[in-house]
This record gives sequence, C-alpha cells and structure tokens, in this order.
Amino acid sequence: MIRIKCPYCGERDHSEFTYGSDASIEYPNLESNAKDWTEAIFFRKNIYGKQIETWHHTNGCRLWLIIERCTITHKIFSIKPAHPEIHKLLKNQNNI
Amino acid sequence: MTAKRLKDYGKVNQDKILSFTWENKKYFGYKGDSLAASLLANNINIIGRSFKYHRPRGIMSAGVEESGALVTIGKNEYTDPNVRATSQELYEGLIASGQNAFPNVNFDLGYINNYLSRFFAAGFYYKTFMGLPPFEWGKGTKIWMIYEKLIRKAAGMGKASKMPDPDKYEHANEFCDVLIIGSGPSGIAAAVEAANNNLDVILVEQDHVIGGNLLSNSNFDFEEKKYFLQKAGIKVMTRTTAFGLYDNCVAGMIERVNDHFFLPKNNTPRQRFWTIRSKHIILSTGSLERHIAFNNNDIPGVMTVNAARHYLNRYGVLAGEKIIICTNNDSVFETSILLSKAGAKVKVFDIREKIDENTIKKLNTNNVEIEFNKAPLNIQGNKKVESIDIGIKVGNKYKKVNEEECDLVLISGGWSPVIHLLSHRGIKPKWDKENLCFLPSQSSEPITVAGSAAGIWNNDDCEASGIASGLKAANEIGIKTSDYFFPKQGGWKNPIFPLFEIKSNRSRSKSFIDFQHDVTSDDIRLAHREGFVSVEHLKRYTTLGMANDQGKMGNIIGLSIMADLLQKEISEVGTTVFRPPYTPISIGALAGRNVNKHFRPLRVTPLHDWNLENGAKMIETGLYQRPWYYPKNNEKLADAYIREASSVRKTVGLCDVTSLGKISIQGPDSTIFLNKVYSNAFAKLPINKARYGIMLRDDGLVMDDGTSWRLSENEYFMTTSTAHAAKVMLWLEELLQTRWQNLKVHVTSVSEEWAAVSIAGPKSRDTLSLCVEDPNLISNDNLPFMGLTQTKLNNGIPCRIARISFSGELAFEIYTPSDFAYNMMNILWESAKKFDGCLYGLEALGALRIEKGHVTGAELDGRVTIEDVELGKMASDKKSYIGSAMQKRGVLADKDRETLVGIFPRNKSQTFDAGTIICKKNEIKGYGIGRITSVTYSPGLGHWIGLGFIKGGYTEWKNTIVVGADPVRNKEIDLEIVSPHMFDPKGERLHG
Repeated sequence: MIRIKCPYCGERDHSEFTYGSDASIEYPNLESNAKDWTEAIFFRKNIYGKQIETWHHTNGCRLWLIIERCTITHKIFSIKPAHPEIHKLLKNQNNI
Repeated sequence: MTAKRLKDYGKVNQDKILSFTWENKKYFGYKGDSLAASLLANNINIIGRSFKYHRPRGIMSAGVEESGALVTIGKNEYTDPNVRATSQELYEGLIASGQNAFPNVNFDLGYINNYLSRFFAAGFYYKTFMGLPPFEWGKGTKIWMIYEKLIRKAAGMGKASKMPDPDKYEHANEFCDVLIIGSGPSGIAAAVEAANNNLDVILVEQDHVIGGNLLSNSNFDFEEKKYFLQKAGIKVMTRTTAFGLYDNCVAGMIERVNDHFFLPKNNTPRQRFWTIRSKHIILSTGSLERHIAFNNNDIPGVMTVNAARHYLNRYGVLAGEKIIICTNNDSVFETSILLSKAGAKVKVFDIREKIDENTIKKLNTNNVEIEFNKAPLNIQGNKKVESIDIGIKVGNKYKKVNEEECDLVLISGGWSPVIHLLSHRGIKPKWDKENLCFLPSQSSEPITVAGSAAGIWNNDDCEASGIASGLKAANEIGIKTSDYFFPKQGGWKNPIFPLFEIKSNRSRSKSFIDFQHDVTSDDIRLAHREGFVSVEHLKRYTTLGMANDQGKMGNIIGLSIMADLLQKEISEVGTTVFRPPYTPISIGALAGRNVNKHFRPLRVTPLHDWNLENGAKMIETGLYQRPWYYPKNNEKLADAYIREASSVRKTVGLCDVTSLGKISIQGPDSTIFLNKVYSNAFAKLPINKARYGIMLRDDGLVMDDGTSWRLSENEYFMTTSTAHAAKVMLWLEELLQTRWQNLKVHVTSVSEEWAAVSIAGPKSRDTLSLCVEDPNLISNDNLPFMGLTQTKLNNGIPCRIARISFSGELAFEIYTPSDFAYNMMNILWESAKKFDGCLYGLEALGALRIEKGHVTGAELDGRVTIEDVELGKMASDKKSYIGSAMQKRGVLADKDRETLVGIFPRNKSQTFDAGTIICKKNEIKGYGIGRITSVTYSPGLGHWIGLGFIKGGYTEWKNTIVVGADPVRNKEIDLEIVSPHMFDPKGERLHG
C-alpha cells in the first residue's frame, strides 16, 4: 500500500486518495482549438519511472496534491498542495 | 510407524487431557498439542488420500509446509477443509476427518487411480478435455461429457461447506517502528535489540507459542521468553501469519483468534485481518527442510528430520522405534543423537563420502550408526513404511546394497530459506551453490532478512544476525547505534552435497516432488519432452507448486530436475515468483465485517423513516435508498406507479428528491466559475433565479446536468444528479485547485445538509400555499418559472423554494435543513391530501420525465454529446467553456450520430424493454441503428413509450417503421419514431 504524507492531514493510506492524472500536462485555454485540447487530453505518456501526478485527498481534507512518484517502485519524492496559495499557507504554518 | 508419548519429553501439558474426534472415533491428546502430534501419538498413520492417485498419506512435517496431513476440521456450516494438521492446535471437542477418500482414508476406492496413473500424468487435463492424443477417441460424445464430470469429481482435496459462513471476522490496524516476522532465535534477538533502542516493536508468530525452531530444543521455555519480551515493551502477536508484504512496509496479517476453540469465545471474531504499517521490517522467517525425490517417498512414515525433533522435544512424541535417516547435510546429526537418547534405534545414511571424525565419534558414542555414499532408493510398504532399500552410488547410478527394516524414515535434502515475503516485494532470490538454496537478494526497501531465512544455519549466528538486524533497523529509522555485523551465510562443518532426486531404475516410479498435487519427477521429464521448459510453464503444465503449500517442500527438487534436463544450472533456470498469501487465508477474513447489509455503505435520506411510515417500497439507486412507489391496498408496482403519475398530472404529488447532489458555491468569482463550467450562459443569471445547466467533460461529452440557483451576488446553490454528485464535486475542486487557481471561489458539498421534496401537479401551488408563511411569495408573479425564494414554512421552518419542473407540470422544489425534513414533509402531505394528492416514487418520476423527453443517467451515459440529447440549442456560442473546443470535433460532429428520440410501439397494446436494439426493417444485425434507453407505461398517452437513440434522429425516421430487436429476451416489435417531447410538447402545463 502506498502511504501518502498529506501536507494537511499527515501520512495516510493511498485508499483515502483518488488518483487524478499526469500533473505535467498544461491544459490549454478554454478558447484554444480542438487540436491543442486533443494534444492535452488524449496524447499522454505512459511514464516508466518518476512521474509528476495529481492526487485528491477524497476521504480527507479534499486537497488536490502534486506528487512526484516513481511508477515502478511507488517511491514518493515530493508532495505539495496543487494550489500555490494553499501551499504557501501550509508552508508557513508547518515550517515545511 | 509405532510412535509413543514420552513422559519426560516435550513442552505440552501432559496433565491436561483433551478429547477429539478423528474419522468419527474419539481419541485423546494433551493441551499444547498440534492435531498432528495427537494423531501421531495415537499411532494414526494415514491422514488423507492424495490428489490424483488416492495414495495414502501421513504426516510429513511439523509446520506450515505440511503437504501430507491435510484434514477437514469441524462439520456442517463450520467445515474448514484443507487444514494442515501440523499447525492446527488441538482443543477439547475438535472434530477432524480425512480428505479425498471414499468410504474412508484407510480403505479408499479411489486408490484404483494409483494403478491407472499412466493416464494421469502431467497435462492430463489439457489433453483429455481438448481431445489430444492419447485421448482423441470419443471427443464431443455424450460419454465424454459424463466422463469429464467424473474425473473432475475424483480429483481434489477437502470439500467446503455450501452453507453460508457462520463465523464473524474483523479488520484491525496497527502501526509500529519495526515489524519482526518470525520468533525464532534471530527474530527474538532482533526484537530485543530494536526495543532496547527505544523502538516500537511488533513480533509476529504464526504458531501459538513463540520460539520457532527453538521449540525443538529441550531446554527452551517459550512462556518465560514471551514474558521477558513483553516486559521489554514488545508487542508479541502469536497465532498470527504475515501472509503478504506490500509497498511502504505494510504487511497483511491474519490472526487466528478463535481457531483453537470449538466455538468463538465472548463475541470475539474467528479471525482478525491486520494491516500493519511499519517503518522497517525484519524477516526472521526461518527455513524449511527439503525432501528428496525417490521411489515411494510418500508412504506414511516418511517425514523430515527436523519434524521428528519437533515431535520429540516439543510434543514429547517419539515418532518411531527403528529410524532410518537419509541426508546430504550436517543438520541431522544432533537430531539423530536426540532420537537415539530417547530410545529409538537410529541409523544414518549419508550420501557424502566422508564427514569430520569428531561428529562420527559423537554419533558412535550415542549408538547412532552412520554409513556413507548411500542414499534411499525405494520404500517398501503400502499403508506404512516397512523397510527401505538403500543404494550405493556407483558412477551416476545407484546399486541396491541393503534393505533396512524400519518404521520411520527421516529425510533431509537440505534447507530452503523462507523468502516468500521478500518475493512479494518483487525481489528475485539468488541461487547459492555452496548452500544449495535460494538466498534473498538485497532489497532497496527498508527490509532486512535475518537468521536462517538469510541462509545462516547455526543458532549462535542466527542470534547474531538478529542483533545486527535490530541495530540496522534502528540506524535506518534514525537512531544512532553501535556498528553492526552480519555473520556469514552457511555454518555447517561439512559441505552439503547436491542430492535432489535418486533416479529409479524402474520404468514406472513414484518419486514425488509435490505431494499435494501428486507431481512426480517423471511429470517434470514429460513436461520437458513436451516443451514446457520455462519454470513458469513447468509450474502451470504440471501444477508443481500450485497446491495450498505453494511448493514449500518440493519446488526446488522440480527446478533441479529441469535444470538437469536442460543441462543448465539452477541459477539459470530460476524460480517462480511467490505471491501472497504465504499460507491459505479464509475469504471471510478478507471480507471482514463488509458482508450482507454491511457489504457497502447504506445512504438514507432524512425522510427515510417518514417514507417507510407512509408505506414506501424502497429501491437502491447507487448507495441511496429511495422511495420506489407507495402501494395502496396491496397494489403491485405497475398499478401503483401508473396511479401515482396520473395523480401528479391530475392534482398534485410529493416526491423525496433529497438524494440529488447539492453544492454551495461561494465567492466573488462564482459567476465566472459557473460560466466556465456550464455549457450554457450563466453570466447574467439574476439573483433569485435558477437555471438548468449542462456540464461537459474536457473531451466534449456530457458529464452531468442539474440546476444552479443564484442566492445572492456571490453565492450559488448547485444541484447535481444523484449518481454524479461525488464526481461533480471532485471535478469542481480539481478545476479550482489545479487549473483556475486565481478564481476566488469556494465549493462545499451540502448534500447531507439539505432535504428536498418535489411538489408537482396542477394543484402544487395550492398545496404549497397552505404551507408557507406568506403565500404571496409563491404567486405566479412573485415566483415565475425558474424563480426562487428563501422563506419560512408556516411553522417557522426555514426553506428555499424554486419553481423547477422535471415532470412537465407546474412544480416546485422545496429544500429545508435536514433536521426539519420530517416536519416539512408532514406539513406538505397534510396539505396535499386536501387536494386529493399523492406520494410518488422513483418509478412514477421516471414515467413523468420519459413522457416529457427529459434525460437522466440512462441517457447521459458518458457517450453522448449535448447535440445527441437534443439540448444543443442551450449551449452558448458566445463563450468558451469546458468541452466547448472538443464537442464538435471529428466523430462528434458526425451527421449520422445516434440522437435522442421518443419511441412508440406501432401496435399500441404492445410493450418493450430498455436495452432493445433498434434496427431497420428486415435488417436485424450487429449494433443496429439505435438503442432504447428508458421505457415506461405512459398514463398521459395510454400506451407504452420509450426514449432512445437512433442514427440521424427524429427527422430522419419520423415516417418509417423500424424494428426493436431484443435477442436476449427473444422479442421483436415494430416501432414508431417520434419526437422525444411526447407529452404536452408545447410545455403549456408547466405554467399551470
């Protein structure tokens, strides 16, 4: 079982979380055309190794997190809230 | 075998006598016995019959690796098949019986298979069931079918009860710094060392007492040791098997809480499933003694050497009087002396040419004879060992030189470290040529292997490796300790000699490798001849290592024979991957309390009790219990929903719609946010107005629909469909936190906070007028279609009312805080009754919306676009929103897409079903040209109607008869395609 250290709640089982997707994707503007959107939502890499991804603490604080994880070993390298303001706030509070 | 109990031996309590039943006869044993020990002491040789050949089998070991003494414990619903008698604790009243035998294990008619064994070789099932040679005769005939059933019945092990499991199980969780698996010498040493370094330690042991192999020493006191460990602050969990290792040092364990009682005590569960989360794991899982393959090596009375030592020093049972020991290594000498001292006549045959003089002297002074260069060839005897043929090695062959009379044959073919748990982590073991075993490789995870599991054979070195492991764990967790050193692997005075199989000179031999599945060395050769040479193929073709012992005793012999045939090293052949569980676990334990009503969570609305009190029949929609219909005078569903829907059209009806998802959207950018999320315009929605909205996904398909109400400048109240409530909430959070981080919006799920009732029908305003403080507020002028108001019911209950209609009638949705739901419903119902109103459930709700062509989850199934459901006109073309770029891409813009239509039967008296495929007349094939998603009887129209999708839509098919084909239910019916707005197409009723 992957254990994920939620910046708000602490270390929890991955069963509390929902996997989102590849966090390195930059979604186009809503005004962008279908080609750009197709690129973003259909053409994705199946990464072997370190991947940046989003996770949602669904059964917890409901923060969306950016996690760096190895897809082979499940080793987690870093975790931070996806929202920069929340990240700043928690950093100041926890001194992390 | 003539075993006897010795008074001065063993650690069982010989003053506490327990009675038990074996094969319907009563026997006695002692407290602390395993069932196998008691059976042995009672001289019961035949415990079961083998899988294919029905050969008699006895006790072959003293632990979890047992593959002979598998028994069924309990009876009726408490039946537990395939239990290893060697690890089943004896208790008062235990009922056990043998397996795979008729009429009984002593006399089994199935033994005839032993003489037909030529036919039952490896691959037998594949060949017979596929009609391959030599079984090509009669393929496809009736005899074949019967014969197949008979074979399936003849093979096998214990039979499970077909009754529901009466036992209770539970799940539990625990955390620790260091988890130590196995309480042998290295495990105990590691636990003490880790605890001394202030670590939180759990020590688990599958047996009911701690000690592991220490239990086979006469001077080991397990109770004293356990007390000592607990005093040191160590949590000692006995009767607990760590069956699997997972990521991040998480272990799955089963604690057998009550398997040593006749019935569970004090409402405790039978077994407990533990999830342990640790920082470091020490595997002190020990090692298992191997057999050697030779002819008839499965006759009752053959066991491992170390097993005999356990029976002697742990249980006080001397397993035989005339004992022959066959070995290729040093581990047997201490045991042979112990057995000799206990009164047995012991003779050792060692395949090696010589060993050190000291050992020989020691053996001789203890009356143990030893001969070298000799190996077992064949066992004589049918139901028990009578004598053994011994051969001398001449070149590569063996020549029979003597026949020794005996009642017990002990074998040691070397030791295999228990590396299963490490294998669960994907770590491949390495073959060690010196010690002839697979040794654990280094793991990148914080897992340390200690003791004989790491290939360390002598006791002192095992303890030293335990201490080193404890220190290593402490160090890695971040506690500074002294330096530590792991002792070298091995530790025998004389090197082990490779002896896996003694090939028989006979054409047909029975030298078993996997006793549980009756896999012989000849089967390995057959697999090789037929090309199944990779270990993974070998396993599946011969079933080697696939029984419930998972090859603990025999796998390596099989691998060595294959290596030999391929003229390769064992290291090149490799080994199969071990997967959890290490030993069999009950499915009940995995399920825990999540059975029956607790199988999944139950969601009820705050009106649940009210609905039941008023006669509702409930239906599950997702996790929610919703009113299905409210039968009057024993009405059936069909009558009830038609009456309810008619009443709504005629007067008024009330329906609990609390299960809809509700989300509070607050913040200065709420309007911008909704305008981006919904496909239709939200930028100019006035305060106190609601709007129906459709959300798309990134890929342009419809995600969900619902209404959003503007409560104030910066606050909205969104409703979603019941099914997608959680998904929409997650989606909004994702957008705000990961994509549109500068929007000042906060979303909160308030689904549980608000109760909701729909009031629909021409009399709905009259009904509601009697209930609200100020009826003026809900007049047509003050509350027009899609208007909303926040007010109070006339008993002071705060509420939100919106004029929203799903049924096509004049209708309102009224929301109160959940605590007031019951009260609200009482007031509304009292009033509705005055207008001859009704309560209606989900079935009538469905009928009403289908008549209107309103879509729900049945239509919005994740495959449709907004155009497909004929709502394209609602989508704004003046703004960009989620999905706007993608909704008209390629295939989604196809003119020929299936679009929403209404469906009538051509013959109005006919019915049809959802799931029916729509085809062109006389062209019933493939996917057809459309499908039917929802059907109902329409009280408004007086016949069955449906909603569905058809290529090209209504305009294409409006005057053509098509066919509804339902091949599953064998129905075909002519259909008429109509506009989806089947009832009141102009929507006049909406305005009352």
